[in-house]
Amino acid sequence: MNFTALLNAMPGAVAQGLIWGIMAIGVYITYKVLDLADLTVDGSMATGGAVCVMLMLNGVNVWVALLCAVIAGMLAGLLTGVFHTAMGIPPILAGILTQLSLYSINLAIMEFKANQGINVTKYQLIVSQRNVRSAGLSNPIYTALIVLALLIAVLYWFFGTELGSSLRATGANEAMSRAQGINTNLAKILGLMISNGIVALSSAMLSHYQGFVDVNMGRGAIVIGLAAVIISDVLFGKLFRNFALKLIGVAIGAVIYYIVIQIVLWLGLNTNLLKLLSALVVAVFLGIPYWKAKVSAGYKGKGGQEHA
Amino acid sequence: MLDLVNVKKTFNAKTVNEKIALNDLNLHLNDQDFVTVIGGNGAGKSTMLNAIAGVWPIDQGSIVIDGTDISRLPEHKRAPLLGRVFQDPMTGTAATMQIEENLALAARRGEKRTLKPGITRAERSQYRDQLATLGLGLEDRMTTKVGLLSGGQRQALTLLMATLKKPRLLLLDEHTAALDPRTAEKVLQLSEKIVTENKLMTLMVTHNMRDAIRYGNRLIMMNDGKIILDIADEEKKRLTVEELMEAFFKASGEEFANDRALLS
Repeated sequence: MNFTALLNAMPGAVAQGLIWGIMAIGVYITYKVLDLADLTVDGSMATGGAVCVMLMLNGVNVWVALLCAVIAGMLAGLLTGVFHTAMGIPPILAGILTQLSLYSINLAIMEFKANQGINVTKYQLIVSQRNVRSAGLSNPIYTALIVLALLIAVLYWFFGTELGSSLRATGANEAMSRAQGINTNLAKILGLMISNGIVALSSAMLSHYQGFVDVNMGRGAIVIGLAAVIISDVLFGKLFRNFALKLIGVAIGAVIYYIVIQIVLWLGLNTNLLKLLSALVVAVFLGIPYWKAKVSAGYKGKGGQEHA
Repeated sequence: MLDLVNVKKTFNAKTVNEKIALNDLNLHLNDQDFVTVIGGNGAGKSTMLNAIAGVWPIDQGSIVIDGTDISRLPEHKRAPLLGRVFQDPMTGTAATMQIEENLALAARRGEKRTLKPGITRAERSQYRDQLATLGLGLEDRMTTKVGLLSGGQRQALTLLMATLKKPRLLLLDEHTAALDPRTAEKVLQLSEKIVTENKLMTLMVTHNMRDAIRYGNRLIMMNDGKIILDIADEEKKRLTVEELMEAFFKASGEEFANDRALLS
């Protein structure tokens, strides 16, 4: 095995990991803060790129295109939120419905083609795979780090505000939140919109990075997002208490995920089996807290309720 | 003032499990009434409190506070008028949030949540003083996650949260039932102190007849979704547990089938 090949692949893994880290932060907001598993992201992870690339191909300024991508993602979150709160559909199913509808919508945005390319020499792309080994500021790793820093700063501020606190409260205890006058339906919709807006931003950046948008690029995104959240929980759960640190941990988790994937591929795993591997790894790590709880409940014996 | 007028609520209507939980319930509370509510299992005590709080819509009738009909408002819109403490200590607080964050949420009950800071320095020192009045040492643990507190501490905190912003009506739903007797006693005394100091109109559900007699200025007994006994002031002060049991038997034609009430 050629170790240099692995080393050469590392900058790409880090860049991809950081871009997916943005996406994973979106997943963190629904999964950890709001306590909702939102499968919309598998769709919105393609929507952002589709909107951004198509607008740019039609001559729209890159920053305007990015903003539109974020707004499109937020609309996807709004749809899931309405399915869930106004129509009483369980959140997982609501997300699946939006995800499915987004498949058609994404194709429509991409003029009914499965993918659309965008050339880095003709268009102003904010990140590109081509520069991943350059030492200069054009390296996508720097750009991704700046976007992550800004995003984490904004989220840290927001979740400290009255409105942000009401979102956290809704995720922590809905009955209590309503008793304190919080409109929990609105809080959930807002959280889903913020989350999917972030996912769409990541999607747009990913399409810049790889130079094309593909209607299937979001498939399994939720699993990658969860993997990043879980890796961060396992590695930094005890260390990172502060909200900003936790978000940083999630981004690092995504980078670790991509480095591990890179190593596994280097070891000779068939690329087509990657998703199976990811799903199994995530399933095991989701199971660990459950097993842990079972074991500790066993030690305490029956009726081992804690009352001080 | 609180008025419940012909309030009706049926659960699982038109099924074999149909249960008429509130059956043409009528109740009038004056300002500063501190009413204890007793009754057997399934009498409708908690259902009455949940109907007032708006946990689900009622089928018929109206719930009026100070002349405003709130019976069609969603739960979160009634919250400005109501302070609530629940039976389960887990229900009233957000376990994964800090003590001071929980208080800050409660301090904004009924206000629009904006992009202003969720908690300010001035608030923190105010909360510290108010936590100190509980006498539980919580004022030195302001940034502790509420999930680490004991049941009694959480109920005391919930009580403070319910009254931080003075409510028009305080709803205490068997809020000491899950606590050990000594802690329950403490929380009850604290409840009385807060109610008296703030002159709060209060409904307190309890399963303990002695507590029902000891606290408040008025006692109501419920059975089958109705009020079957309503005793106030001097007459209430002279009540005994035996008389209450007898009254229950007479009014309902059943034994007071509640072990907890008999044993405590």
